[in-house]
Formats: sequence, structure tokens, C-alpha cells
Amino acid sequence: MLSATDLVIDIPERKSGTPLCFDVKSGEIWGILGPNGAGKTTLLHTLAGLKKPRSGKVNLNNSDIQQLRRKHVAQQLAVVFQNNGEGFPATVLETAMIGRHPFISPWDIETADDLAIARSALQKLELSNLEQRLVSTLSGGERQRLAIATALCQSPKLWLADEPSNHLDLKHQVQIMALLAEQADSGCGIILCLHDLNLAAHWCDKILLLYPNGDACWGDADTMLTVTALERLYDQELSMISSEGQTYFMPVSSRNSRRD
Amino acid sequence: MAVVKTNNATSALPRFLTPLLLLFIFTLGALILAITTGSVHISNQELWQVLSGGGEPLHRTLVFELRLPRALSAFAAGGLLAVAGALMQVLLRNPLADPYVLGLSGGAAVGALIAMLSGLSATVVSGSAFIGAMISAVTVFGLAHGTGSWTPTRLLLTGVVIASGWGAAITFMLAVSPSDQLPGMLYWLMGDLAYARSPWMALTVLAIISVVMLPLGRSLNVLARGQMQAAALGVSVRPLEWTIYICASLLTAFAVTTAGSIGFVGLIVPHMLRLVLGNDQRLILPAAALAGGALLTLADTLARTVIAPEQLPAGVITALIGVPSFLYLLHRSR
Repeated sequence: MLSATDLVIDIPERKSGTPLCFDVKSGEIWGILGPNGAGKTTLLHTLAGLKKPRSGKVNLNNSDIQQLRRKHVAQQLAVVFQNNGEGFPATVLETAMIGRHPFISPWDIETADDLAIARSALQKLELSNLEQRLVSTLSGGERQRLAIATALCQSPKLWLADEPSNHLDLKHQVQIMALLAEQADSGCGIILCLHDLNLAAHWCDKILLLYPNGDACWGDADTMLTVTALERLYDQELSMISSEGQTYFMPVSSRNSRRD
Repeated sequence: MAVVKTNNATSALPRFLTPLLLLFIFTLGALILAITTGSVHISNQELWQVLSGGGEPLHRTLVFELRLPRALSAFAAGGLLAVAGALMQVLLRNPLADPYVLGLSGGAAVGALIAMLSGLSATVVSGSAFIGAMISAVTVFGLAHGTGSWTPTRLLLTGVVIASGWGAAITFMLAVSPSDQLPGMLYWLMGDLAYARSPWMALTVLAIISVVMLPLGRSLNVLARGQMQAAALGVSVRPLEWTIYICASLLTAFAVTTAGSIGFVGLIVPHMLRLVLGNDQRLILPAAALAGGALLTLADTLARTVIAPEQLPAGVITALIGVPSFLYLLHRSR
């Protein structure tokens, strides 16, 4: 669905980087991991066609995403941004409704169907009772869920989400990841920037590790998520815990390493 | 108990039509008031006779040659400013933006004052104001574009700095002007419709740009969520921003040319409407055209009647009406 060919993202003052070549297939969840400033967001924006790559190409269904009309791209691909605070006053329902924008022609107005789609998206994210509230009055977690509801209204084939679990409490983290997994099961391709290794280990099929110097490697989640690779990635000592068939990563800090 | 769901709109159209219809009636009322009030009162019956081709010759002259052109000019200028303000606020995503924030009125004022100082006719003053406004718009846009990226903050800062530059030039010109010319210049700076004669150009521009903006309304709603989000939702952000900028500049230039730099209409009318009608630009833009127009028509009627036979600049009245009513609405809002 979405593929990168010899892709080098454009980060000022970074001389080079591993050219990225991968293909996000229908039903796959990809996790992009890396420390602060490694370029996860830039990569996500480049994959979404919002930023020009330094070299190489991003293809959406085999056509260069930079050549496609933005509206056509928006009908296939939704982006969940990290900061949703910017913008003019608008209500929760209005904000969700703009997800329908790519599907309505300039001279038309939203139909009852569009409204129904927006309402059901809000319901799915437990925002129905906030419909008429101004976005500026929402909490961080509620805004994050609203951003996901807006993307859901776009009924995308591809999701590109920048830290979708940001600001969310544990219940809603699980709920959002389950929703994304459900989208993947119904045939979507999903790419997430994540900071939480355990969410990545639990939910992602494929992992891409992005190093601050531009190096990158990618592959199946179980081969990529090893303590040695992750310790090098974050420059942080880690310990791995297995419990009930699942793997958990914990940073080792001076406080809990007092045992020796 | 059955709960009536007013918001169950199967389409947004009825939701738009009611407020627009009310504003239209309000506008008509304002225009009729402007035409009938003055040194010679014209009753509604007499107005009807005049409009249907009869009536006294004095009334005919008053209506067709003085009051109607002036009322329509006020309507056009108010509408232009309110729409320009609404557009600038979305473009810069800044509630403090108004049509003059990018220095357009300053440029226009410098143009107008130079023409006045040279003792040129009213028509030349208007033309010169228009040229000044456009020079300012192009300068701000060119400088803000620069070599780097074009962000709302950068555009805003460039505009504010250019505006204060114009401000200095205006103060300088006022300081060196002969005192017999000062009142005319000050009236122009405060916004005055006494010299407005032909409203048709301004009305045509208002109509054309309203039609151009009609299909862009929903894209503006999306742009109001931020540039990145808009791009992700399929809006061609840069061309849209250019269109808004050019339209808002033209609107402001024509308004300033018609009525001088009238303050507050462009800032306050869009806000008032948002407080009452919500944030849908498809409703706000046409509503701003009507409400801004009606407000300035009323303000101008007051301006030429309160201390008759003397006249006040309409800009003083817009501020006097606008400020308390805006503060009241803001105080009452959530």
C-alpha cells in the first residue's frame, strides 16, 4: 500500500542516513522507534507526503505521493498529529466532521451520512457527551482521542499516527491500540511513532528503529526488539522481563540497580 | 417528555438560512433608516412613492443623489471590512487580526494624505489610497515570503512592523501639514463617508469575492485547524492562503478607498458573529458581509444626525457602538 524506495528524510544538518526501503502491507502495524530528535515525526510526515524527502520516493499504491493530488491522498491516508492544540475555536463535532472534507466536493455540504459517520466515530472514542464542547476546553487525552476520531471519520486505508497513546490513561491507551489493531484486521495499513516499547512489543508486527545519526534498520517485531538493539538505540540500559508469554522492557536506573 | 433535537440537521442549509435571512432583514431596516433619517425626514410612505417613481423632487434628489449612494457606500465598506477581518483571522489563526493588521490601512492613509497635501481632487485621493494599500500588501507579502518558510507568525510580524512604519509616516505628514488641511486629513484617518459617492465598485467587489469564497468555505474551516492538519485533509494549503490573502487585501483596499480607515468593524463583527453563530466560515463570511454592512450603515446614519448639522466621522461611532456590545457578548460567552 505504502512503500518507501531508497528514502532519505530531509533533516537539516544531518549529512546522510540509511536509505529506507520497505513496504507497508494491508493488515500490518508498523512501529517507528527512536530517541528524541531521531526524526520519527519527519519520517512520518515524509511518508504522508507532507514533507519532501531529500532523496528517494514514497509510493502510495504505486504512484509517487508527491505527484498525487492532496485530496486524492487524503481519501486514502489519515495522519494523526502530535500537537492538536493549534487552531481556531471549534466544537468537538465540527472538528470530527472535518475528517469528511476530502470526500465532499467544494459546492456540496455535509450530508446526514457524514454526520452519522462523525457521530459514530465520537461514540467509538467515548466523546459523544462532549459533542458541543469547544476543543480548547478539552483535556490532553480527550484532544488526543478527538484527533483519532477525526482520522476515523476519514475512513482511511492507511493510518499514520504520531504517538497516538500520548496523554492517554491506561484504559484509553489499550482502547486506542485495540481500535488500530481492529483497523489493521479489516485491511488497513498502520504506521505509528511510539515511545512505549511495551506497546510496540505488544501490538506491532513490524518495527523500524531510527538512530539519531540517521542509521536505521527494520524487520519483524520479534527479531528487532532485542535488548542489545534497543539499548544501543536509546543509549540506556534495559532489562527484559517475560511474563505470561509477553515481553516487557524496563529501563534500568541507578535506583533499582542498587541490588548489586 | 419528547426532546426536540434542533441539531438533527439532515443538511446544514436550514441552519445557515435562518440567521442569514434575519441579518438580511436587519440590513434592509438599516438601509431604510439611513435613507429616511436626516435634516429632512422622509416617511416610509413618501419613500415608497419616491422608489416607485413619484414623490416630491426634493425627496427624489435627497434619496437618489445623496442618501442612497451614501448608505450603500457605508454598507459596502462595512461588509468589505468585516469579510476581510474574518478572512485575516482565519489566515493568521489569530483572533486579534483585523483587515489593517498587515498595514493596509497605513499604506492607504499615506497614499490619501499625500494626495490631499498636493491638493488633488477626491477621486484622486481615493485612487491614491487604493494604490497605497496595494503597495503595502505586496510589500508585506514579499518580505514575509523572504527566503525561508511562510508562517502566520512571520506574516503577522512583518505586517505589524510595516504598519508602524506607515504610522510614523502619517504622524510626520500630520505634523508638517498646514493647519487648514488638518481636519479633512483627520476625518479621513478616522473613517468618514461624507465624500463617498459611488458605491457600485465596492458593492461589486463585495459580491464577487463573496461568490469566490462560497466554495472555499469548508476549506477555510479545515485551514482554521492548522496548516499541517489542513494539508493532511487534502487542502492545497499554499494556493488557498494566497487566495485568502489576495481577497482580503482587495476587500480592505476597496473599503479604505470608499470610507477611509474605519476601525473596529473588521475586528469586532466577525467575533460577534462567531460568539452567536459558531465557527463555520460558510456561515460567518456571508453573515459578516451583511452584519458589517448594516453596522456601518447605522453608524454613519448616527454620525450625520447626532450633532447635525455637523457630522462626526463614522469610525468614531463604530467604535462607540462596537466596543461595549462586543465586550458584553464576550463577557456572556462561555
